Amino acid sequence: MKKGLLTFASRPSIAATGVTAGPLEQQSPFAPLFDKVYDDERSGLLTNEKGHAKLVEDACMIALSKVDSKPGDVDFLLLGDLVNQMTPSNFTAANLEIPYLGLFAACATSVSSLIMAALLTEAGMSQCTLAGASSQHNSIERQFRYPVEYGSQKPDTAQWTVTAAGVAAVTPNKAGNPAITKATIGRVVDLGMTEPLNMGAAMAPAAADTLQRHLDGHGTKITDYDVIMTGDLAKTGFELYKTLVEKAGMDTTTNFRDAGVEFYGNDSNFQAGASGAGCSSTVYFTDIYSKMMEGEYKRVLLIATGALLSPLSYQQKETIPCIAHAIELTMK
Amino acid sequence: MDEKKYATLEKKISPKPQIARNMFTAFVTGGTICLIGQGISLFYTTFFDFTERTSSNPTVATMIFIAMLLTGFGQYKKIAQFGGAGAAVPITGFSNAVVSAAIEHKSEGYVLGVGGNMFKLAGSVILFGVFSAFLVALVKTILVKFGVVSW
Amino acid sequence: MVSMFVTAFIVGGLICVIGQLLFDVAKLTPAHTLCTLVVAGSILDGLGLYEPLIDFAGAGATVPITSFGNSLTHGAMAEAEKHGFIGVLTGMFEVTSSGISAAILFGFIAAIIFKSKGKV
Repeated sequence: MKKGLLTFASRPSIAATGVTAGPLEQQSPFAPLFDKVYDDERSGLLTNEKGHAKLVEDACMIALSKVDSKPGDVDFLLLGDLVNQMTPSNFTAANLEIPYLGLFAACATSVSSLIMAALLTEAGMSQCTLAGASSQHNSIERQFRYPVEYGSQKPDTAQWTVTAAGVAAVTPNKAGNPAITKATIGRVVDLGMTEPLNMGAAMAPAAADTLQRHLDGHGTKITDYDVIMTGDLAKTGFELYKTLVEKAGMDTTTNFRDAGVEFYGNDSNFQAGASGAGCSSTVYFTDIYSKMMEGEYKRVLLIATGALLSPLSYQQKETIPCIAHAIELTMK
Repeated sequence: MDEKKYATLEKKISPKPQIARNMFTAFVTGGTICLIGQGISLFYTTFFDFTERTSSNPTVATMIFIAMLLTGFGQYKKIAQFGGAGAAVPITGFSNAVVSAAIEHKSEGYVLGVGGNMFKLAGSVILFGVFSAFLVALVKTILVKFGVVSW
Repeated sequence: MVSMFVTAFIVGGLICVIGQLLFDVAKLTPAHTLCTLVVAGSILDGLGLYEPLIDFAGAGATVPITSFGNSLTHGAMAEAEKHGFIGVLTGMFEVTSSGISAAILFGFIAAIIFKSKGKV
């Protein structure tokens, strides 16, 4: 079934990226590449949600400053986060006054927004589109789990929501920058997982499904890529995903990476690793982007995964539906 | 892959809770909190006019106060990550549930936020405590009336 | 006196171990675990078993949340003894009032003075 496949003949480019992060994220191995790091979880503002919005807005402005643009030059703003009704992204859009589409694919929004940006550019309707995703630990924690100060013992499968925002400026093809060439829109996969403290296990089948569909659909194979990086499966989910991929007869030992596993290094304080919409977007837009700019990576496949649950669906004992979107970047 | 096969695979690969270790840390943490409680109780019986039995009221209030400070200074969640149920089961865990919810929802104001959410975690404990106490006391009263048991 | 400290530590610790088993083995959420323990405390008092435990272990029995169920039931039964059925209602919070009022008061005070931190 070859559906949901996209090929971008005009090769839209990522012209610049902007990445902001919270204080705890300073210990990330990717921190030297972050454009701005705040000393305060709330970016010095009164509420977590205000701090969250500030994170997104600053990331947008930084990305724009790198292409010598101002908000008025931007055709579209495509943002998403995990707060109810995505108010941090909405407030950012209100301040920037750029025509805005809010996108929700949970932690897969980093890729779904890039895909939408590439489509708008491919259609010739955009000269510059900002696409990005973000999360802020405190505001997500209180919404999906418990109050931040509540003492609950997290199991080893739990993941830590990052405080970070990653935004990319997508333009028509620009020599010397990574180009978006192919993409695959994911299907919602639900294999009956119900444990929100083991989200990686719920998301792994979606990632494996999208990887398989991308390879089959576009006629590529694993060895064509310098790296195949998933979003925020973290240790448990990444192991499961690799097992699933290996069962399908592919080798996962050389070029598979996961942003959630790597984001906080190997610190067991963060249990299985990182999660949140800001996790994949920041790693993609710092480490992957810079390695492409430097020529270390020529062709990468980014598969961001999202757990599409809500506290309500969990309390009603529903399973966790998950999605994974894939996007392929190449560097000439 | 179907759901059953995946559930088996998931069980195999996901790290198991370290039950023996968790039981030990819960025992030590919970035991220590109760030990501190015993010390506070001794303080109230020695220096104030409380008996062994009545001292549990000020003891509980004091423990709740200490847990409030630990929660406010961001320490209780660390104790809980280490001690698990050892931190959740004592009255200090109840205090942590109330205080953390109260602090968290301060941003929505004192009436809608703090007032409306303070018992969002601890409320169910009060509900089931009250309801079960009601049933137990009712049954016992009936049994006494019929002369089956005595007070 | 010293023996009371030892029994408090052991009994309190063991009640917490039961809680931990409800977490890890029965896979209950913290809220479900605490509700279960409160109900257990209440039933134990109905059977007349919790008071002897307090005599034996002191704070080891009064500090865990099971004691909350015990106190509620105890208050209700004490009033019921004096006033009959109506006492079941009126006596409920007789013993636990200090715990509940302390939690409400200190919770509110904490909300006024503290802000959540969110660091590891």
